[in-house]
Amino acid sequence: MTALVANAGPSRWWRSRTMRRFTSHHLALLGVVMITLLTLACVFGPHLLPYDSLYIDLRARFSPPLTGYHYLGTDPLGRDVAARLLMAGRTSLLVAFSAMLLSTMIGTLVGVIAGYRGGWIGAALMRTVDGFLSFPSIFLLLALAAALKPSPAMVTVIVAVTSWMEVARIVEAEVRSLREREFVLAGRMLGLSGAHIMFREILPNAMGPIIVAATLTVAHAILLEAYISFLGYGIQPPLPSWGNMLEGAQQYLDSAPWLAIIPGAAITIAVTSFNFIGDGLRDALDVRDDRV
Amino acid sequence: MRGFLLNRLSQSLILLLIVSVIGFLVLNLLPGGPLAQFGLDPGMTQDDLERLKEQLGLNRPLLIQYFDWAWRLLQGDWGHSFRDGAPVLAVIGRHVPATLLLMGTSTAIAIAIGTWIGIRGATHRYSVFDYMATVGAMVALSIPTFWFGLVGIYIFSLQLGWLPAGNMYTIGDGSVLNYLHHLIMPSIVLSLVHVAIWSRYMRTATLDAISQDFVKTARAKGLSERRVIMKHVVGNALLPMITLAGVQLPSILTGALVTETVFTWPGMGRLFLDSLGYSDYPVVMGLLMFSAILVILGNLIADIAVAIVDPRIRLG
Repeated sequence: MTALVANAGPSRWWRSRTMRRFTSHHLALLGVVMITLLTLACVFGPHLLPYDSLYIDLRARFSPPLTGYHYLGTDPLGRDVAARLLMAGRTSLLVAFSAMLLSTMIGTLVGVIAGYRGGWIGAALMRTVDGFLSFPSIFLLLALAAALKPSPAMVTVIVAVTSWMEVARIVEAEVRSLREREFVLAGRMLGLSGAHIMFREILPNAMGPIIVAATLTVAHAILLEAYISFLGYGIQPPLPSWGNMLEGAQQYLDSAPWLAIIPGAAITIAVTSFNFIGDGLRDALDVRDDRV
Repeated sequence: MRGFLLNRLSQSLILLLIVSVIGFLVLNLLPGGPLAQFGLDPGMTQDDLERLKEQLGLNRPLLIQYFDWAWRLLQGDWGHSFRDGAPVLAVIGRHVPATLLLMGTSTAIAIAIGTWIGIRGATHRYSVFDYMATVGAMVALSIPTFWFGLVGIYIFSLQLGWLPAGNMYTIGDGSVLNYLHHLIMPSIVLSLVHVAIWSRYMRTATLDAISQDFVKTARAKGLSERRVIMKHVVGNALLPMITLAGVQLPSILTGALVTETVFTWPGMGRLFLDSLGYSDYPVVMGLLMFSAILVILGNLIADIAVAIVDPRIRLG
């Protein structure tokens, strides 16, 4: 967040140029509002709804939306879709957010070391990045998920392990360009350690691109979790996630289309919001546009 | 040109080596290793497993095992499917055409529509169309492919009855029309994300080309705007798109796997999922390596294609 702070006086960061640019980006604001509402709904919603997400009621199977207090209908076991959707949101958002933290840490570490050290260490690290990028992510994800027991923590790790490469590339390029700057030379002259220069001097100056990449990684992680859970290798029932709510929805598509439409819409809204926020941050933090 | 080709070729070979190491580690460092699925078989005792390890050479040092595995991979011996004992390469080979057909069609759709949107967005910058295309691309990138497929099936197969809900053809009807009919929805579903990506890059590339000197020259010569765009701008903007097509390969393969699952399309993606379900490790590993090799090869071909088309690289 150094970029945010650097542009402003000590107590007025909310009036900085970065903040003004971000707030003039209407889609980004829309994204922030939607994510806030979604998060609040997932945190408090389940306590306000009349049904528990795991309560099975076979008499109420396949109730369409707006049946009594089942605002979004029920699933094949008669469980309330609204309650499941919000509980699933907790899982999916938490997994995606944790995966983002983990993958950003891995990517930043690899990128900083590769960019600062350069030479054969840098080359080896960046070729490893290329190697990981050569696998279609879902093939690698599914192979790992099928072999390891997919607890939520394991899904988080697997998603992180397959999505750190983009951050590593961005950080490496950024660090490589900062390495020759005067303040780094000054640091070396002062006899600061390599680790100190890498993480205390250079890294804060590369924060803008990292924040943008991290935001887009959340969006990506939500999608990846949804893909593998939809295919049955991600978050396992009875714990609901947006992805596993869709598992099996295809066979009821004709008779109970809401089972497929509602969770997918939630995923799309969440992912779109994070993409909007990422786009706004990119403009506000002046990160050059080399990603879609 | 020669130096460029040799350089790119050696890079690809190094990448292939790294990819094979990653693939090998995924196979071996997972709990249970290559024999994981047999550990669950009640007919197997611990002694049997030890004996199998001995027979298959799994208790040798990991480095030796890697070279042995990689050497057999190079010779085309990719092991045999646990399911029916067929050679892995033959099993994969049977499923490749369906995936290539789906990927090819959807890439063609993505290129056609994406190029058009990108050029129009760049030539009518900040117009309503440009704004809609920008927002539309971001939303399209956020839609899960499988969900888009489900919604498509719900509307066009179940409600309207216009398109089949899955499979590659109707059994007993081998006509080309029947194949095409089944191809429409999955290829459109798969192309959505790539239309979005392609249009964004095409817009940037067109804007880059428009600001170049040779475009000003063309305008100064008095060529019509349409001719300037079509002949001078688009040709140059399409160059970096060849590279993009190569870079997008892994994500198209990922999308293909998901699309094939929803539409019961008999390609590599479905084979991968079926094999996972059967714990058919040799086929899973084979597909993992095969898809990575396909990606490396695709990128190499894209780079060579750019070099052939672009005189700056060809002659430089």
